[in-house]
Amino acid sequence: MKVSFILNGKPEKADERAGTTLFDYLRAQGLFSVKYGSDRGETGADSVLIDDKIYNSSLLLLYRLENKSVVTLEYFSSGTGIHPLQAAFINEGAIQCGYCTPGLILAAEALLKRVSAPSELEVRQALAGVYCRCTGYVKPIKAVMKYSGSEL
Amino acid sequence: MKIVGRKTARVDGLALAKGKAVFADDISQKDILYAKFLFSPLAHAKIKSINIKQALALKGVAAILTFKDFPVKYYTTAGQGYPEPSPKDYRIFDDKVRYVGDRVAVAAAESLEIAEAALKLIKVEYEKLPANFDLEKAMDSKVVLHPEKGKTFIFNARKNISANIEAEVGNVEKGLADSKYVFTQRYFTPYVQQAAIEPHITRTWLDENDRLIIRTATQVPFHVRRIVADVLDIPVRKIRVIKPRLGGGFGGKQEILNEEVCAALTLKTGRPVRLEFTREEEFIAARSRHAQFVEFTLGLDEDLKIRAIDLKILQNSGAYGPHALTVMSVTASKSLALYKSPNVRIRADSVYTNLPPAGAYRGYGAPQGFFALESLMDEIAHELGLDPLELRLKNYYKKGDKIAIAEVLGEGREGYPVILKTTGIRQCIKTGRKLIDWPNVQNSKNQGSIRRGLGVATVAQGSGIAGIDMGSASIKMNEDGSFNLHVGAADLGTGSDTALAQIAAEVLEVPIHKIIVYSADTDHTPFDTGAYASSTTYISGNAVKKAALKIRKIILEQGVKILGIEKAGLKNGLVTGADGKSITYAEICTKSFYTDFQLQIQASASHLSYDSPPPYNATFADVSVDIETGFVTVHKIVSVSDGGRIINPQMAEGQAEGAIPQSLGFALSEFMVFDKFGRIINRDFENYHIFTAIDMPEIIVKFVHTNEPSGPFGAKAVAEIPIIGPAPAIANAIFKACGARIRELPITPEKILKELRRNQKKKSEARSQISEVRGKKKSIVRSKKLVEEFFLSIRCTLMTFVNS
Repeated sequence: MKVSFILNGKPEKADERAGTTLFDYLRAQGLFSVKYGSDRGETGADSVLIDDKIYNSSLLLLYRLENKSVVTLEYFSSGTGIHPLQAAFINEGAIQCGYCTPGLILAAEALLKRVSAPSELEVRQALAGVYCRCTGYVKPIKAVMKYSGSEL
Repeated sequence: MKIVGRKTARVDGLALAKGKAVFADDISQKDILYAKFLFSPLAHAKIKSINIKQALALKGVAAILTFKDFPVKYYTTAGQGYPEPSPKDYRIFDDKVRYVGDRVAVAAAESLEIAEAALKLIKVEYEKLPANFDLEKAMDSKVVLHPEKGKTFIFNARKNISANIEAEVGNVEKGLADSKYVFTQRYFTPYVQQAAIEPHITRTWLDENDRLIIRTATQVPFHVRRIVADVLDIPVRKIRVIKPRLGGGFGGKQEILNEEVCAALTLKTGRPVRLEFTREEEFIAARSRHAQFVEFTLGLDEDLKIRAIDLKILQNSGAYGPHALTVMSVTASKSLALYKSPNVRIRADSVYTNLPPAGAYRGYGAPQGFFALESLMDEIAHELGLDPLELRLKNYYKKGDKIAIAEVLGEGREGYPVILKTTGIRQCIKTGRKLIDWPNVQNSKNQGSIRRGLGVATVAQGSGIAGIDMGSASIKMNEDGSFNLHVGAADLGTGSDTALAQIAAEVLEVPIHKIIVYSADTDHTPFDTGAYASSTTYISGNAVKKAALKIRKIILEQGVKILGIEKAGLKNGLVTGADGKSITYAEICTKSFYTDFQLQIQASASHLSYDSPPPYNATFADVSVDIETGFVTVHKIVSVSDGGRIINPQMAEGQAEGAIPQSLGFALSEFMVFDKFGRIINRDFENYHIFTAIDMPEIIVKFVHTNEPSGPFGAKAVAEIPIIGPAPAIANAIFKACGARIRELPITPEKILKELRRNQKKKSEARSQISEVRGKKKSIVRSKKLVEEFFLSIRCTLMTFVNS
């Protein structure tokens, strides 16, 4: 089965057997920012952006991606550069173990693509699909608010 | 101080923010095998026969292991100091299964799908044995879980008692007889899980010298090495354990949960093997918090001073006993280290049942003990018509007091005397009550069926295990004036690498980026007991400080020699003589390598403490209860801790902010539900509710400052203390709001409604003659009843053996 899509800005032609999930495909490509948290996507550790919206990669079969654009956290900081949202997470102490961090940053990015200055409630709603067991979400919420200029 | 006590970005922050490949599973390996367990579907059974022929014949299957592949050898999966204080009642694979989720076999295959298919082809014939799920009946049950000979350190196998504690200071019977008031109450806390987002994951392979490499998500790399060597009977020198970044642990990874099996598969096949738990498997077969019945009896004199505390614990070990003794011991030693009492007694039993074995979970017994103690303190205050804080403030241990219980209760053996050098509990209360506006919020915001209330709980923990926890550090210098800091301490996401780097940087007077931290790898980092018992900052931090002080001394000596002067001082990364002549670290190290008085500037140090200074915390909760539905909303949690001198304020805040939702879950939404066959029902996050970003109340975290003389730069621990207070504070706030006293966690709407109905009944009985009031309230009662019936119907489907 051949699927053509854009992966982190570059055209990708996947030749995978039917039933392969996007999650399995990405990890096999060495895109390790996409994490396993659960089988049914509850934790959101497997988050990716597809056409700027957030999705659970483990719930998506590869064939659904034809002509779509898939972004993982790796795309945010090619080389030594760093995205200001990532910098905000570091500065605000929003990272503890860091396992959920890719999902949280992608969830925030998906929100900020829709709403430039979100309210705290909107940030909470946007991050609610990504589980974090370390931070209590206090600092991740703060990081997103600071980055978007809507200080708490 | 320049670095300690200040905001410092995490040393691993950049890599984690970029989603770099830093976790155990983030490597690509050729020729890898995927392993999968076959777990027992039965709670108690003898394996009459097991046939793997067909499974092995499946194309792509490389190995299948069962009990037949291993000699009988009992050990404990608990990653603790040696000899472990947990019973040795576990076999890598056994011909008997004792809970749904017990290991039956493991398959390794070219893909996960093939491994799964192979498991289906394994033919197991079970002889079903009667099972017992009832904690309270375990001791007298005919179901005996561990009758086998050769198991050691089980307190009383015939009575299913995995561990027992009997200890007394003073004379409790006399103390109670002398008391003016005596209160007694029993509480229950259920099975809950650590729920780290990264599951248990291990990869093993043989290196070019045929040494066994174990790359695993563990909090205890050195215990993994020791236990795997013991179980598989291979020398320690043949094993290297690598702990990469961890995706959270919270005690769940203080366990040898799959490393020995993964290793056995690699040894059998010679190939790399990957063994990862699915989320469902985490719930079925990983560890959890011990369920406990905790009964406190408190005697108070006429001045409301505590005369005697009598503590009884009945704990559910589950099918095996990892951490059974020590968790109960912590329940006792922490809850008895807060209030001063001349007479204290502990009688505790941990019993085997055919449910999953519990283990270590952040707080380690203290959350169970303090839920009971702090609920009871609240009940007493209410009974006597006192402010809940007033009663507590009369009874705290003070600076200079000897904590009586510490001497008789250590980790599975006698402990060491603790004289309290610092306590900030009073400042914690002072700060917290202002932030929550105690007690003014009470009842001022009642509207319709909504009742608002404030609650408080004050708690204590320890800093490391006295006389047992040992950490070490080694530091070597590089020619650009940077330092490699190697520690065995296992950063599990807490940020301990950063805190330890700060301590080294402070002593060496260099910016933090000059410290390159590596943790932990049994080949390259010195020994550390591991990341548990709130020990890393306090114990390993002291080791780092000692090693850095040694390095400082060597740098100065080399500098003086190179400068050719008599005396010099060290400041700001320079060695400067009296004449003003100075030399940089980089120059000293470069010359020490190549030209002058050549040597590698390096040092190592270890640290052990016979002290375990308690951090303290006061947690305040502002909640409202809808008395129509029983639904609880937590509006605000204020958590104020005394963690001594705080090494990294931002990270310490993060520890508390993250601990609070775990305790909110413990209080309100998390519990593992078992059906009548002992199978866990809620085995995913759709049905096991942890708090998400949208569920979180307002969180305010503060620290008060004390200066612990035995800690590095005055530090005590901060990681576990904030998880203890929220649950009892919420329970107390719920009582204050609506009068429902719930003594069994989690506090679900149906429990509240049941209690409200009971209160209502008591009231209406008292006023049965005033019939017109009852007439008016009829409609409310009816709608409440509908809601209750709804919740009762849910409860029927989620009936738990642990709770009933």
